[in-house]
Amino acid sequence: MKYFRLIWKNAWRKKIRTSLTILSVFVAFLLFALLSAIGYAFRGGVDVADAERLIVIHKISLINPLPMSYMNRIAATEGVDSVTHGSWFGGYYQDPRNQFGQFPVDPQAYFDMYPEFDIPEEQLEAFKRNRTGAVVGQEIAKKYGWKVGDRIPIQATIWSRIDGSRTWEFDLEGIFSTDDPRGSSAIMLFQYDYFEEARAFGKGTAGWYILRVANGANPVDVANAIDLQFANSPNETETSTEAAFSQSFAKQFGNIALIVTLVLGAVFFTLLLVSGNTMSQSVRERISELAVLKTLGFGDRTVLGIVLSESILIMLIGGLLGLGLGWLGVQGLAKEMGTFLPGVFLSPVAIATGIAMMIGTGLLAGIFPALKAMRLSIIDALARA
Amino acid sequence: MRGLQQVFAVTLLNLRNLPQRVGSSVVAVIGVAAVVLVFAAVLSMAKGFERTMISAGSDDTAIIVRSGATSELTSGLSNDQVLIVAEAPGVLKDGDTSVVSAELYVVVDVKKKSTNVDANVPFRGVQPGAFDVRKDVTLVDGRMFEPGKNEIVVGRGAQTEFMGLEVGKTIRFGQTEWAVVGIFDAGGNVAESELWTDVRVLQSAYRRGNSFQSVRVRLESPESLETLRQALDEDPRIDPDVMSEREYYSSQSQGLVQFIKLLGYPLTVLMAIGAIFGALNSMYSSVSVRGKEIATLRALGFGPTAVLVSTMVESILLALAGGLLGGLLAYLVFNGFQVSTLNGASFSQVVFNFAVTPELLVQGLQAALIIGLFGGFFPALRAARLPVAQALREL
Amino acid sequence: MSDVLARLEGVSRIYQKGKEKVEVLHALDLEIPDGDFVAIMGPSGSGKTTLLNLLGGLDKPTAGTITVGGSELSSMSNSQLSRWRSTNIGFIFQFYNLLPVLTAHRNVELPLLLTDFGGKERARRASIALDIVGLADRANHYPRELSGGQEQRVAIARAIVSDPPLLLCDEPTGDLDRDMSDEILRLLQVLNRDHGKTIVMVTHDAQAAEFAKRTLHCDKGTLEAKEAA
Repeated sequence: MKYFRLIWKNAWRKKIRTSLTILSVFVAFLLFALLSAIGYAFRGGVDVADAERLIVIHKISLINPLPMSYMNRIAATEGVDSVTHGSWFGGYYQDPRNQFGQFPVDPQAYFDMYPEFDIPEEQLEAFKRNRTGAVVGQEIAKKYGWKVGDRIPIQATIWSRIDGSRTWEFDLEGIFSTDDPRGSSAIMLFQYDYFEEARAFGKGTAGWYILRVANGANPVDVANAIDLQFANSPNETETSTEAAFSQSFAKQFGNIALIVTLVLGAVFFTLLLVSGNTMSQSVRERISELAVLKTLGFGDRTVLGIVLSESILIMLIGGLLGLGLGWLGVQGLAKEMGTFLPGVFLSPVAIATGIAMMIGTGLLAGIFPALKAMRLSIIDALARA
Repeated sequence: MRGLQQVFAVTLLNLRNLPQRVGSSVVAVIGVAAVVLVFAAVLSMAKGFERTMISAGSDDTAIIVRSGATSELTSGLSNDQVLIVAEAPGVLKDGDTSVVSAELYVVVDVKKKSTNVDANVPFRGVQPGAFDVRKDVTLVDGRMFEPGKNEIVVGRGAQTEFMGLEVGKTIRFGQTEWAVVGIFDAGGNVAESELWTDVRVLQSAYRRGNSFQSVRVRLESPESLETLRQALDEDPRIDPDVMSEREYYSSQSQGLVQFIKLLGYPLTVLMAIGAIFGALNSMYSSVSVRGKEIATLRALGFGPTAVLVSTMVESILLALAGGLLGGLLAYLVFNGFQVSTLNGASFSQVVFNFAVTPELLVQGLQAALIIGLFGGFFPALRAARLPVAQALREL
Repeated sequence: MSDVLARLEGVSRIYQKGKEKVEVLHALDLEIPDGDFVAIMGPSGSGKTTLLNLLGGLDKPTAGTITVGGSELSSMSNSQLSRWRSTNIGFIFQFYNLLPVLTAHRNVELPLLLTDFGGKERARRASIALDIVGLADRANHYPRELSGGQEQRVAIARAIVSDPPLLLCDEPTGDLDRDMSDEILRLLQVLNRDHGKTIVMVTHDAQAAEFAKRTLHCDKGTLEAKEAA
C-alpha cells in the first residue's frame, strides 16, 4: 500500500508515546497467550482425546474398582474392537510432593490402545519380559534424572504389599514420549501381574477399562450397550468417550474458562482505553495536517482509512510481539508444569483469535478519532491553525 | 520550609487543572484499578480456600491416620487399631467414654449446580462422637441420622453447591438409596462440603468390612498431643501418623493454595507492568500538556525539585485512586462469593467463599503505589528538566 | 484574449453564526483568465480567504455558480471535489502546512499518492518540482531542518507537482522577512510566466501585490479593481 510510509511515519510522530502504547499492547497479548494456553490445559486435553476410545468407570465414582471379570464381557459386547484396563496406583517418588500417575497395565495391550505413545521396540519387549519392569514418559524421566536400567522405588499411599511394606521397586526398562505438543506422556506404567500378585487387598479388580470402538460402530450405542449389561448389578458402570471423561474431570475445577475470560476482559478493556486515548491525542494534534491532506485531494474515506490503519498497525506490532514471546513462554511453561498440569498449549484457534482481536481492538480504539478526522471541516481546521 | 511550600503549591496547581487532562488521567486510574481488581479476585480465591480448610482444624483435636498416608482417602485402620487409639493416654474422656470418632469416607458423584456435570463429593461415615470432636458443628435443619439406617445429614455448603440435597429428598448412589434428613453448619469450614452418615452403614454399603481410614479424638489439652503420639508410636500393633487437625488440614490445602498463588502472582506482575506503561503514557502526556505552565512556574522562581515532586505526587495519587477503586470493586463483587473446586489431596470437592481480606486490599494498594512511582518517575524528571527559555518562547 | 480559467457568477456566501447571519460575500462576479496572476487585497474579515476557498472547492457558495477549468463546482459532491482538487488546484498557505513527519521530497510527493503513478515515477516528478523551486539539495531534509523560506518553497513544489493549472495562495509571504518574501514572489512569477500557471494570491502586503499582474480589492464582500499606479 502506497500510503504505508505516511501511516508509519505518523504512527511514530511521538516516539515515546507510541513505544509505550506498543508495550501496553505487547503485555496484553503476552497475557492473552499465556492464559489461553493454561485455559487449554484445563479443558483436559479434549482435542487430543481419541474419538474412538471409551472409558468405563464405576458408576458411583472413579474411586471404586471394577471386577476383572468385566473385561471379557466388555470385549464380547457388540461394537467393541479391543479392550484393556488401567488402575490408579497413587504413589510418590521419595517425597510426598513428587506425585504423578502410575498405572499397572497389560503392557502390549496398553500401547496398542494408545498408539500416540512412541516407545522403541526393544524397550517395550524388555518391559514385557520383566515382571518388575516399568516404563515412564520422558517428562518424568527428565524431571527425576532417570535412565534405563535404574531401579526406581515408589512409595505407595494406598496399596500396601502383602509383605507389609509400602515400597514398590521397579526396573526402568524404557522411556516413551508423545510427539503431539498438546498431549502429555507424564505417567509411569508397570506390570498389572506384579501389582496383582504383590498387593495386600483389592485382588481381582481394575480401576477402569479402556476400549476401542470397532470401525463403523456408533460410540454412543456401544457405551449404552456396555452400561446396560451391568445395570442393576452390585458394580454398575458408566461409559463415556475419552473426551467427555477428560472434560468432566476438568470441569470439577470450576469454570476456569469463565475466569480466564473475565481476567482477559479486564486486561483488554484497559488496553482499549489506553490505545483509544493515544489515538485520540494523536488525531487531535494533527487536525491541521489532516485538513491539508484533504485540501490536496485526499478523500474523506481515505483519511478515515489512514487513521484506522495507524491504530491497527500499532496493535499488530505490539500484538504479534506479545504473541511471539507468549508462544515461547508457553513452551517453557508446558515443560515446567507438564507433570502436574499437562496440556499447556497455545492452539492455532487461540492464535487466530488473538490476531482477530488485534484488528478488532485497533478498529475500536481508532474509530472515534478516525471519524473525527473524516468529518473535519477543512476550513475550520485550517482557520484554527 | 520554603522548599516544602513550593512543592505543596505546585502540587495543588497540578491537581486543580487535572480536569483539563481528564482523558489521560482516567486511563491511568482505570489501568491501575484493573490490576488491583484482578489481583484481589484471584488471591481471594486462595485466601478463601485456605480459610475454609484451616478454620476446620483445631488444636484440641488430633487426627490419626495410617503412617505414610497423604490423606484420609489413602489411609486404612482396622477396628482393633481404632480401639487402641480410643483408649490411649491424652484422649479426653466424657465419664467412661472417650470422645472420638472413627471415620471412613468414599467419593460419590453428585451433579454440581453451576456446571450440571458430576463432581466428586465426600461421603463420610462417622461415629456419634463426630459432633464433639469438631468444634462449631451444629444441626440447622431437620434432624440427625438414626444409626443403622440409610440416612444422611448434609453440610450446608454441599447443599447449596450440589443438586438434590434438600431435607426430605432421597438420593441414590449405585444400588443404594439414602434419605436426606438434616442439614448441618460447620462455621464455613470444609466439613460443610460433606455428606455424613453412620459409619457402620457406610462400611456395609461399600463393603469395607470393619475398616476405617481415620480416627479423630478430642485431646485433654493441646499439649496432650505429644503424649498421645508417643504412646501410639511405641505401640507395635499400630503404625500411625498423629497430628493436630489444624496441621492435617493445612497440609491438605497447600497444593491448591500454592497452585493459585503460582498463577496469581505472576499474572498480577505482568498486569502491573502493563499498567506502568499505561501510567507512563499518561504522565508523559500530562507533562507535555502542562509544558508552558511548568515553564512559567520555573520562570517565576519555582525550583526544579518542586516540579519533580509535584509530578510524582500526581502520579501516585492517580495510582492510589485506581487502587482504591479496584479494591472496592473486588470487595463488592467477589467477597463472600461461594464456589467449589476439586481438591487434589482429598480428591473431592471443597466448598468455599472468596475472601477479600484487608491484608489483600493493602497488598493491592502497595502494588498501586509501586505502579504510581514507576509511572511517574521519568516523566517527572522530564518535567523538572524542561528547558525553560525554549518553552516560554513557544508561548 | 486568453480563455477564462475561472468564473464566479452571482456568488454569495452566508454563514450562520448562532442566531445571526453573516454575509461574507455578496453577489460576486469574477473572471480569471488563463495565465493570470491576480492579487486580492483587503482588510481582515473582508472575505478574501472565503473567495480562495470557494475557488478551490473547499467551500460551497450559498448562491451563484463557480466554474473552474470547465467544471461547475457547486454541483459536485464532496468526493468529486476531492478528486477534482488533486489535479486542478495547488494550495499555498501562510504557515506552509508541511507534514513534519515527512522529508521535503516525501512532502512534495504527497499529492501524487492519489494518482496511479508507480513509486519511481512519483519520485521523478517530485524531484523535478523540487528542482524548479531550487531545493533539489534539500530533498531529504525534514521541515524542522529548513528555514521559513525553504519550507515555503517546498510547499510550492508540492502545489505544482501534479501540474494543476490554478495555484491559490493565502498570504504566502505573511510569515517571511523581506528578502525571503521577494524570493518567493519571484518564484511565483516564474511559475506564472514560464510554466503557465494561473495564480490567485491573497495578501495584505501592498509590496507583495506589485509582483502580480493586477490587484483587486475585496471589501465587505465585494470586489473592486484598483489599477496599479
